[in-house]
Amino acid sequence: MSLEVEEKRPLPGDPLHPEPRHEPLVFELSGEGKVGYSLPPLDVPDVTAIPRELLRPEIAGETEVTEVEVARHFTRLSRLNFSIDQGLYPLGSCTMKHNPRINEEMARLPGFAAVHPLAPEEVSQGTLELAWLLEKALIELTGLSRVTLQPSAGAQGELAGILMVRAALAKEGNPRKIVLIPDSAHGTNPASAHFAGYTVRELKSNARGTLDLDVLEKAMTEEVAALMLTAPNTLGIFEDRILEIAEIVHGKGGYLYCDGANFNSFVGIAKPGLMGIDVIHMNLHKTFSTPHGGGGPGSGPVAVCERLVPYLPRPVIERRPDGTYGLDFERPDSIGRLRTFLGNYGMFVRALAYIASYGNRIGEVAQGAVLNANYIRAGLADLYHLKYDAPTLHEIVFSDKNQAEHGVHNGDIGKRLMDYGFHPPTISFPLIVHGALMIEPTETEGRASLDAFIHAMREIAREVEEDPQIVLKAPHTTPVRRVDEVAAARNLVLRWKPGS
Amino acid sequence: MKYLPVSNADRAEMLAAIGVSSVDQLFASIPPSVRQDPKLPPPLSEIEIRRLFGNLAKKNANARETAFFLGAGLYHHYTSAIADQMLYRSEWLTSYTPYQPEVSQGTLQSIFEFQTHVCLLTGQDVANASLYEGASALVEALLMAERLSRGRTRAVLSQAIHPEYRETVRTYFANLALDVVEVPVGPDGATDRRALAAAVDEKTFAVAVQSPNFYGIVEDWGAASAAAHAKGALGIAVVAEAASLALLAPPGEKGIDIACGEAQSLGVPMHNGGPILGFLACRTAHERQIPGRLVGQTHDAEGRRAFCLTLSTREQHIRREKATSNICTNQGLMALAANIHMSLLGKHGLREVAKQSHAKAEYLKGRISALPAYRLPYPGPTFNEFLVEGPRAAAPMIRDLAGRGILAGVPLSRFGAGPANRFLVAVTEMNTREEMDRLVSALSEIGRER
Repeated sequence: MSLEVEEKRPLPGDPLHPEPRHEPLVFELSGEGKVGYSLPPLDVPDVTAIPRELLRPEIAGETEVTEVEVARHFTRLSRLNFSIDQGLYPLGSCTMKHNPRINEEMARLPGFAAVHPLAPEEVSQGTLELAWLLEKALIELTGLSRVTLQPSAGAQGELAGILMVRAALAKEGNPRKIVLIPDSAHGTNPASAHFAGYTVRELKSNARGTLDLDVLEKAMTEEVAALMLTAPNTLGIFEDRILEIAEIVHGKGGYLYCDGANFNSFVGIAKPGLMGIDVIHMNLHKTFSTPHGGGGPGSGPVAVCERLVPYLPRPVIERRPDGTYGLDFERPDSIGRLRTFLGNYGMFVRALAYIASYGNRIGEVAQGAVLNANYIRAGLADLYHLKYDAPTLHEIVFSDKNQAEHGVHNGDIGKRLMDYGFHPPTISFPLIVHGALMIEPTETEGRASLDAFIHAMREIAREVEEDPQIVLKAPHTTPVRRVDEVAAARNLVLRWKPGS
Repeated sequence: MKYLPVSNADRAEMLAAIGVSSVDQLFASIPPSVRQDPKLPPPLSEIEIRRLFGNLAKKNANARETAFFLGAGLYHHYTSAIADQMLYRSEWLTSYTPYQPEVSQGTLQSIFEFQTHVCLLTGQDVANASLYEGASALVEALLMAERLSRGRTRAVLSQAIHPEYRETVRTYFANLALDVVEVPVGPDGATDRRALAAAVDEKTFAVAVQSPNFYGIVEDWGAASAAAHAKGALGIAVVAEAASLALLAPPGEKGIDIACGEAQSLGVPMHNGGPILGFLACRTAHERQIPGRLVGQTHDAEGRRAFCLTLSTREQHIRREKATSNICTNQGLMALAANIHMSLLGKHGLREVAKQSHAKAEYLKGRISALPAYRLPYPGPTFNEFLVEGPRAAAPMIRDLAGRGILAGVPLSRFGAGPANRFLVAVTEMNTREEMDRLVSALSEIGRER
């Protein structure tokens, strides 16, 4: 396929710098004889000492492009993305906040980026000390006893947490069979519990959107290993009876697991350890601002209470009496490893730099996030339906109930927001709100951008009543128009093929 | 605080609009007894952060300032200047999972290109958008094979798969009513073929072999796939040094059903072990059981080519406990780095990096094996890493050499995986002949001290 040339002649009145709309695949830029790399001449004899039948021919179809073309290709592609640095990205539950650039620079110091985790401890003291400092900070913020930094992301943190619970119960004689999960939970919770060998029992939320304590009390038997609670939950509502919940769970010998995906709403204000929470995973890419990078890398440290410490993944970082740092592999009760090496170490550097820049004022993160979310709530509650009207912290979940009467649904509203210069909210989650629009502005928005977002949402509500077609056919101004996702799944094309 | 853009006046007006008098009132649902101010130091400025982190970084031996021969699943290859500079662009760095395709075509097209590169290198039909890293990629490949087998319960793993990969498999399998059989290596350092064939039975859903294996030996994928297919199981190829894929026979052309592992070598810095880059590729017949994110090609309302996430009905946010995997986040930015790297090097560069790494490793291997006090325990062919048996315990010897600016290798004792005097030495295109000669002199000296 060749580059599609715009046939339309640019005319006065056209946008000054039209956004790119189509970029060929990098494979389509390829041409014999073009080179995008340089290597020093080989300074040893050129030998291949591998039997011929174990070798391959040339990599048919691979690229031949220059650095110039790569620079333009990826710059043009990047301009097809919306990003936080362009504006409010209210993707609920994902915590799209500003990513401080000092953190990026620190993570790229050769002493962190060009080092190997299997180097001798004597020449790795700085990396170990940094991990130890991050652990200490997370212990202080959670009020729990120890932390593992190993899990690669939140979902792996969940699995680690539930595996530790299982190991502790098994050690006491009975791993139990069931994990309780409210119906408002992230989908990763039931998936993680399943992979830890548990049967999931879903708990129905009450009319306030919180856990029904009578339902919990009935479900909480001695067959139940843990309750996996999201605090605040995915509606942004904090379980104000958290202490009673912990009592019920502990009363039957179970563990209280907290999904800390929303820790950013109370970090520095309150401590999970004081709530009776036994184990919590945190997402460094949410609460602690490590960049989301178009879908990862994440990092999902887990903090645990004293009783779960023996079961932490191996190895554990130790500070020795002489002040040096090392790795402890001698952990006979450990659940084992969840991955190679120490975890997504580069994210540790960024998260610690972030925590250090706030220090003892880190509660301002939560205060800002909660203020902004409530400001949006106040600005939209008259036009968008709120299924649960309990007080909310860092995010607000509206539904499309009012707009659906005009045939316009949450997905359409999200698409129309793109035309107003915003990323859509999270659509159709949590599942307990039909037609959900889950909005999380984060603390790194100012009044002007919040007002612009509220204005856009109010304009869309008006359009739904006056001219629903403009919303139904949105977006109108994006690099591509509405994308046919059904066709993608029906006729799977998952790669480019040579000659296509 | 420079990351908080609400002014005092705005805050007051916003509180008034909400109808409360203080921010604290918004936290009324959190019981007072669980609130506590954190005991952390006061905020640090950028200058102080630079100082603190700079001092920590200085305590670590980095590959740019040492003669560097560490590998064991993480390699020091070159990444072009333009790759990292591209990652700094806000549109890549500060966007998220491309749930909304109309404003995410950049990320989506880049993942589609990444999937293509992985297919071309592995010889498989389809690849996913990346996984966390190599060990969990193997877990996902095994679980995928288990689902496809409908009821089989046993995985056969070569003992020459990276020990941390095998330990990760044990962690994940512990509660899933699945068992793992491990097959030892033969005298040449490759997985024992007869033992492998004998270990596979009608209950086996997959046979997994790594190449180059943990000891650096190049294995024949054909042996693994033949052993698997003889009993109706799937053959899984594990790759921990993905630079080798440009030189060695691709798994897809040797009967392998699922190729998985670690693609860090293809454009991702070592990062002290993470973030790195897991990958998984398979045959078209199995594409609907692939775990993790997938990008597909489609069109927009005006008929133009466009990309979007697809087959999301396999994923946890819809399937919950019945999902193919619990993973949600992938390694987006690292997959982008790898796409840029593979695009720049392309057909000839990827191969040249592999050939240089191999030729240099052969040079060093030859020189070390010629030293009187050293020998190579395994005679099998190697790519860019090899096992050495020295005159004394490797860990203290390597520690001493580190003090002299040489990171000589990884002792097997680090994994509890063999005799204390054995260690792995890895070589890439980054190593010069001068560095290798320096290592040889140092080893020779130690050999004479005996």
